[in-house]
Amino acid sequence: MSESLALEARNISKAFGPIQALNDVSLSLRKGEIHALVGENGAGKSTLMNIIDGILRPDKGEILINGSKADISSPEKAQRLGIGFVHQEIALCPDISVAENISMAATNRRRASLMNYADTRQRAATALAGLGDVDPESKVGDLSISEQQIVEIAKALTLDCSILIFDEPTAALTEHEAAKLFQIVRRLRAQGISIIYISHRMAEIFAHCDRITVLRDGRHVCTQDIAGTDPEDIVRRMVGRQLGDLYPPKNKASAAAGELLAVERLGDGQRFFDVSFALRKGEILGIAGLIGAGRTEIALGLTGLRPLVTGTVRLEGRDVTPASYPQSIAEGIVYLSEDRKGAGVFIDLPIAVNISALALEQVSRRPGLVSRAREHEQAEKLSGALSLKRGSLDDAVATLSGGNQQKVALAKMLSVGPKVIVLDEPTRGVDVGAKAEIHRILRDLADRGTGIIVISSELPELIGLCDRAIVIREGRIAGEAAGDDMSEEKIIRLASDVGRKEARGT
Amino acid sequence: MSIMEETSGSAPSIRRGRGAGWRGLGNMREFGLVLIILALCVVMSFASPYFLTWTNFRAMLLSFSIEGIVVVGMTVLLIVGAIDLSVGSVVCFSMVVGGFFFLAGLDPWSASLLAVAASAMIGVMMALCVTRIGLHSFIVSLAFMVIVRGLCLAITGGTPLSLFSLPASFKFIGQGNIYGIPVVIIIFAVVVAIFDFLLRKATVFRKVFYTGSNEKAAEYSGIRTNRVKFFCIVLCSTLAGVAGVIYMARFGAATPTFGLGMELNIIAAAVIGGASLKGGSGSILGAILGMALLSVVSSSLILLDVSPYWQDTIRGLILLAAVSFDHILHNRKKAGAPRSAGH
Repeated sequence: MSESLALEARNISKAFGPIQALNDVSLSLRKGEIHALVGENGAGKSTLMNIIDGILRPDKGEILINGSKADISSPEKAQRLGIGFVHQEIALCPDISVAENISMAATNRRRASLMNYADTRQRAATALAGLGDVDPESKVGDLSISEQQIVEIAKALTLDCSILIFDEPTAALTEHEAAKLFQIVRRLRAQGISIIYISHRMAEIFAHCDRITVLRDGRHVCTQDIAGTDPEDIVRRMVGRQLGDLYPPKNKASAAAGELLAVERLGDGQRFFDVSFALRKGEILGIAGLIGAGRTEIALGLTGLRPLVTGTVRLEGRDVTPASYPQSIAEGIVYLSEDRKGAGVFIDLPIAVNISALALEQVSRRPGLVSRAREHEQAEKLSGALSLKRGSLDDAVATLSGGNQQKVALAKMLSVGPKVIVLDEPTRGVDVGAKAEIHRILRDLADRGTGIIVISSELPELIGLCDRAIVIREGRIAGEAAGDDMSEEKIIRLASDVGRKEARGT
Repeated sequence: MSIMEETSGSAPSIRRGRGAGWRGLGNMREFGLVLIILALCVVMSFASPYFLTWTNFRAMLLSFSIEGIVVVGMTVLLIVGAIDLSVGSVVCFSMVVGGFFFLAGLDPWSASLLAVAASAMIGVMMALCVTRIGLHSFIVSLAFMVIVRGLCLAITGGTPLSLFSLPASFKFIGQGNIYGIPVVIIIFAVVVAIFDFLLRKATVFRKVFYTGSNEKAAEYSGIRTNRVKFFCIVLCSTLAGVAGVIYMARFGAATPTFGLGMELNIIAAAVIGGASLKGGSGSILGAILGMALLSVVSSSLILLDVSPYWQDTIRGLILLAAVSFDHILHNRKKAGAPRSAGH
């Protein structure tokens, strides 16, 4: 039996100080399978993968590669044992060419003191063959995220790996790009490569993986054949409790409600043109589209973070077209960035200091001076309302999990009592439990009259959460979907122009 | 903008211990610095009979009081994520401009005011280069370090301006005592007290922390980060101008080569005191303690009769040791935290 296992982790335990990150966890990876690894943030997935990749040493337990015991003492050792790792956060050098990036490890191993560019290009071309259409000569920084991911995969493949670990590779991809990635993953499996696939997206796991292992709180919960289980069951095992419905109930009445926000003929002359839509009272409006279609740019333009060339924004009938973001905040329209660590929160500053950032005058007792007591009072109230799991309000945001960091970012927005919140990928990289909580919070805000606009690349989320969605293609509104009419298929068709191309082709 | 303003008027809720200020880590570092300085003082008091005397302490305080005013500005600048290499030149520029107008017949007070204004103008020019053109403050201030030094030499023709005719009332700023305490030290203490308070409390300076901690996040919080940076750069140059005027009163002369290399000492003090070159952290008190440490070391080296040729080397090593120690400590703290927070 163990011969058919590419990798086996037996009874792994690992503690960080008082925290038991992994407790007697076992994982077996069959040759040529795609094995999904799921669990909420903090369940121990990353710790386990870091042990397999030699970044961390386990306190207890052993790892077998192809049936024989392996001592993985460093990432380099892991490489030599045939373990490749495609990290969630792309770790490439943006200023050098694709070919040089792909050959980085090989270059590192070579003894020669001069680069052999012919060899480098050759190697890159071989590795990229069959993966996708990426020019080995182009600079990595000029590629899209999905192309960069392909480079990452090619880089792992040059190391003759037989085991490939993917850590949330689709987190930054659109559905369309993700589908392409899965074609590649399946081709790799056909070549006999065994794959560990970490993801939060149930739909893709159930569409593409063979087996699934669930971790919770550092323990192994179950390993099952995908065919023998269903998403509801897996989610239940991940969170260890009944989640009820995955999404909060929608507001059917909103379809007939009056307008809260009206956007007319918005355009920036570069990335989006002639965008008009309305947000009704009590409604959650989704903005769908491929990455790069201009969704984020529209949100930035709408909130004054990007200069507009044409168009107006009306809030409750009043013209509030912003000239700057501070002006937009003053009108009660706020934007939450998709890049949580880069633009959403101040990761090294305390929680309370983060929450007060939008309007310091609210936490000042005397003009111009921040009152610590008021600041804490505000943070206490908002973090309570969002059930933020935290230590002290003086702790840095970095001490929180991804989902809770996102709640801090949300609390920061809510501190000014906004009328409209535009959220860009609000649940990216957030675990299932926190995700459901954020959805509930958003629905609750909408029910109480706050306008909510959500940009998301995750179609099940858009469909589950939003009352209505507009679809952006190449900077223009391609269509709209609402109610029962809202399906993944319809949105993908609108977003990728499939319908029209087919029509033209025949 | 005050949509929720009145909703926060409720009774005071749970408040944690006052000790845990939002500078938790900073406080620890300041405490550590005090310990190191005290330890050095104890050792030195055995090594040299002159060390633990009022004269020596006064000399040490005097030696860093005026520079300390510039350290305040530099710390603010480092927190916002910028740096200023031109401060030494600007201090000198302020002296020279003040001296020039005084010799041209202006009263010393007006001359000083003009000198400080001219220094602020240097700051404005640098700030424009940083915020409008988008250059890095390191490069801009490097250029201005040279430009301004050149101006000093051009104005004076390369020779020191003799200002012995400065009235006693003006010299009092730099040379006088109040109840036996040098006025210079009093000015320094007042500046430090004011800025330490403001840095912790004032919304303006809070925005400095936001901007330095994460500029993009600050912009996405509606903070006009370019204005904040502009303010910090001009503030630093202005404080350098103020220091220059005090030096003028202290020395009764304006030397066009004064303040060469001063910027390095000042940056070192701020960094030892916890300011990060990446921005987002730093404290006035820490920077002043950093300055005090460097000063105690200098004084010790002199009293121990260490060759002046070696003193710079030793000071440099201390800077390296202090920063390395802190970095290692910080990293260990991070490594100790669970890494399972990932995905």
